[in-house]
Amino acid sequence: MEQVIFYLFAGVLLFAATMVISVRNPVYAALFLVLAFFNAAVLWVLVGAEFLGLALIVVYVGAVMVLFLFVLMMLDVNTAAMREGFTRYLPVGVVVAGLMLLQLIVVILSEQVDLIGGLIPEPSAEVDNVHAIGQVLYTAYVYPFEIAAVILLLAIVAAISLTMRRQRPNTQRQDVPKQLSVTKEQRLRLVQIDKKNRRHTSDT
Amino acid sequence: MSFETPDFSLALPEIWLLGAICVVLIVDLFVRGSRRSVTFFLTQAVLLVTAALAITTQWGVTETTFSGHYVVDPLAAMLKATLALLVVLALAYTRPYLEARGLLQGEVYLLALFATLGMLIIASGGSLLTLYLGLEMLSLSLYALVAYHRDSRQAAEAAMKYFVLGALASGILLYGMSMVYGGAASLELAVIAEAAASEEPPLLLLFGMSFMLVGVAFKLGAAPFHAWVPDVYQGAPTPVTLFISTAPKVAAVALFLRLLVDGLGPLHETLQPMLLILAAVSLLLGNLTAIMQTNLKRMLAYSGIAHAGFIVLALAAGTEAGHAAALFYVIAYGIMAAGAFGLIIVLSSAGTEAEQIADYRGLNERHPILAGVLLLLMISMTGIPGTIGFYAKYLVLKAAVEADLIAMAVLAVIAAVIGAFYYLRVLKVAYFDRPEVPPEGSQKPTGPNEGSVGEGEGATPSRPDGAAGTVLVPGASLPIRALLVVNGAAVLVLGIFPERLIALCQSVLGAG
Amino acid sequence: MIETLLWHSAKIWAVLIPLFVAVAYYTYVERRVIGHMQDRRGPNRVGYRGLLQPIADALKLLFKEITIPSQANRVLFLIAPTMAIMPALAAWAVVPFGEGLAVADINAGVLYILAMTSLGIYGLLLAGWASNSKYALFGTMRASAQIVSYEIALGFALVGVLMAAGTMNLGGIVEAQAGPFWEWFWLPLLPLFIVYWISGVAETNRAPFDIAEGESEIVAGFHVEYSGMAFAIFFLAEYANMLLISLLAAIFFFGGWYSPFEGIPVLGPAFDWVPGTVWVLLKAAFFAFCYLWFRATFPRYRYDQLMRLGWKVLIPVTVVWLVVLTGLIYAGIGPWF
Repeated sequence: MEQVIFYLFAGVLLFAATMVISVRNPVYAALFLVLAFFNAAVLWVLVGAEFLGLALIVVYVGAVMVLFLFVLMMLDVNTAAMREGFTRYLPVGVVVAGLMLLQLIVVILSEQVDLIGGLIPEPSAEVDNVHAIGQVLYTAYVYPFEIAAVILLLAIVAAISLTMRRQRPNTQRQDVPKQLSVTKEQRLRLVQIDKKNRRHTSDT
Repeated sequence: MSFETPDFSLALPEIWLLGAICVVLIVDLFVRGSRRSVTFFLTQAVLLVTAALAITTQWGVTETTFSGHYVVDPLAAMLKATLALLVVLALAYTRPYLEARGLLQGEVYLLALFATLGMLIIASGGSLLTLYLGLEMLSLSLYALVAYHRDSRQAAEAAMKYFVLGALASGILLYGMSMVYGGAASLELAVIAEAAASEEPPLLLLFGMSFMLVGVAFKLGAAPFHAWVPDVYQGAPTPVTLFISTAPKVAAVALFLRLLVDGLGPLHETLQPMLLILAAVSLLLGNLTAIMQTNLKRMLAYSGIAHAGFIVLALAAGTEAGHAAALFYVIAYGIMAAGAFGLIIVLSSAGTEAEQIADYRGLNERHPILAGVLLLLMISMTGIPGTIGFYAKYLVLKAAVEADLIAMAVLAVIAAVIGAFYYLRVLKVAYFDRPEVPPEGSQKPTGPNEGSVGEGEGATPSRPDGAAGTVLVPGASLPIRALLVVNGAAVLVLGIFPERLIALCQSVLGAG
Repeated sequence: MIETLLWHSAKIWAVLIPLFVAVAYYTYVERRVIGHMQDRRGPNRVGYRGLLQPIADALKLLFKEITIPSQANRVLFLIAPTMAIMPALAAWAVVPFGEGLAVADINAGVLYILAMTSLGIYGLLLAGWASNSKYALFGTMRASAQIVSYEIALGFALVGVLMAAGTMNLGGIVEAQAGPFWEWFWLPLLPLFIVYWISGVAETNRAPFDIAEGESEIVAGFHVEYSGMAFAIFFLAEYANMLLISLLAAIFFFGGWYSPFEGIPVLGPAFDWVPGTVWVLLKAAFFAFCYLWFRATFPRYRYDQLMRLGWKVLIPVTVVWLVVLTGLIYAGIGPWF
């Protein structure tokens, strides 16, 4: 049963991944990428890494790809121009891909590699996935974890410094303190109307 | 599970730098002033303290902490101090150039600080994960720095190329790391070294190693993974080019030493042929292509590829002397490159980029001191005795010969001779060519004794970029020109008295 | 094998059918309640006091033609409603309606809920893009920016719940709150609860955060081109999500199936006869009512105000409170930790 589910989702994953690089419409490509992520997440859950699988969905599917699609939908990406060199570079790409495939086959088939078992820890009944990750993440891996956090901070600084330019003249910025400090006197003008000379439309 | 509380005091330089980054980040928000003086001096002070901390707290200590993710040894201490000082040197040149182009913002210094933090992390990385994260931190800051001049098409293109190729290289590196992890069942370099030293090392380690080599070679800018170098060097704002060509090169060597010597050192026999190919291709391609360049920044980029070839050759020797030679070479290159790009910065002003070789015609007549600096730098890059460049090349060749790589050593010498051609051509242009009479309406050629005061940015607003016959007017202030002279003199002084630095490099790597 | 499959599908339908009914009558309640708040009567003609109104609406939508704009992307146009409804229903799988009463009692329950609610946005995205209409695209752009922004605050608020409860299992979270109402998490996590609730309203694109479908600005936003059942499915997904957020508020912050008087000398035993499920639903009903109350009360936020609230107010509040919470837990304060 588990095998069937695995092959089902792995098959969809491969199909989706192929479609990502072969469809013409970039929005379709992004959607297939979403599908690929989703299937990968299911495969992870299947081997017992439910935390990683769900985190993959929350982070990549739920946030990263949404923003990706957001941008894609706003831009009018010219796919024809992007594919110009495709056939020209295809032979090189095929050679490189073939080499990597060959290497992988050699590695997987070689006698020295004992890929089955050993490296993947058995899911234990007492400590579930989430606890297990939490236990090592903040102890043995605290240094890489903190570095990753600093990288995120760096990404924020870099992105803001590249996109935010204060001196650009034609942007419409809201200045909240200014908006909030508006008083009645600045916006409302009371006009005294002369009663005698008022124009009457109804009761003349 | 058992867990030992990490010894935080061992990681003091990194912790200090990170804390200081946060402070600078906030201080910069509240500081006004277009010259960013507070941010600049704060940054430099932070880096100097980092270097001091690295030496005082880590020199002579050999320990690991953070569950093996963090290594402290003399090599780490020396690398960190060197990196921090090189960044100080690189940043010292930045201000006039960026200010003239409206790019001077606090974030430049912050990104440089983040890059430095990434390099420090590489310098004492004890596991694949740490090394990768340090490298990513470095690369991300560099991508942003290259793209910093947003209105320049060239910079945007360079940043895009750098980013795409860099991401690819990172991916390949990570792929290799995943294989090594699969082969050794550990992320720790010490454990990986044990697995690699076993009689029959897992095949996965070998494959992983070749992928990791690609990633490292990319960062080092060695051919055939050099495609980004010329475009990035030319397209990026010159201070950024200067920055990229100094400390990150040292970091790349550090990455190699950690990853492929500390980790996979026992597999060096398999690695050596690949390194030799890298070295040979880099030496020939770098030197031959550099001859044809008319743009000085691009020429220096190709020369950088050639220098990377020398560094890879030293690493290919595989001996401790070879590693020491590589370390010495890369530090020497950092100082020379800082001077060369610093010269371009000093000679550029608001409207001009002093990047065409033709622009340097008659430099000697107008600015004999700067021409003298150029002379020193170029002969040092060529490797003429009396300069630091000579000793760098000498050590590499010595290590190569000692490791029985005589054919490669001969090739390297031939490449160096070819290289001499284009370095000396720059000198010929600067010393023997007459400056062209500038087109009418443009400024008069300045005499040898004037041109420092009153002819700053305002006088030369609208000259076409890099047109032949441009008259170079130094845009930099006096202290920076003084710094350049000191930088040039350092090349000479270290060339005459190199023993201490060489001994230092050898002692941290256990050679000599 | 067959039995387990049947058993599982029976459990699923046991949740879904009441959910559909609840959604149908939630729309009725909405119209009646808002009607009364605005001094109107609301629907009162179909059946006794209008009680058959939702059925009539459902039949009407069922028999209406589904029009597809000629320039629309047909495939995605039709996939979009399913993409909206699937995660909205799938999220209900882990919700406990009482002690041990959940379709799937999984350990990473909170993460699963977050994952499913974050998938719902694809329905909106696709609908807006595939319609090939300006208003729809505007609505999509607004919705996706809004949902992605508020998801962060929502997620952070739930991190506080996880820290307090020490588990990601929804049943475990409720059990960590066992006791009278002052031992529930709403008290120590009050700022997080407020953030959760505001982001929850924003996540479901409801007033006052309904800029994605603001009818006075961009007609009906992303589903402007939809009609008939296709429209009804979006409607269903939205209301199912609202009910889910209300129910989760009860579970995360208000003690789930525990009676508010649990453990109080006289009052506690007096309410022992009320089953836990009733308490859950009563609490959820209150929050569902709040949705309607807000809609009748608050004017719509402007887009930039919405973004500012999300990024500059809610997220900092959660981050600060997580730090405070760490201190509280570390010090072992109060009846909670």
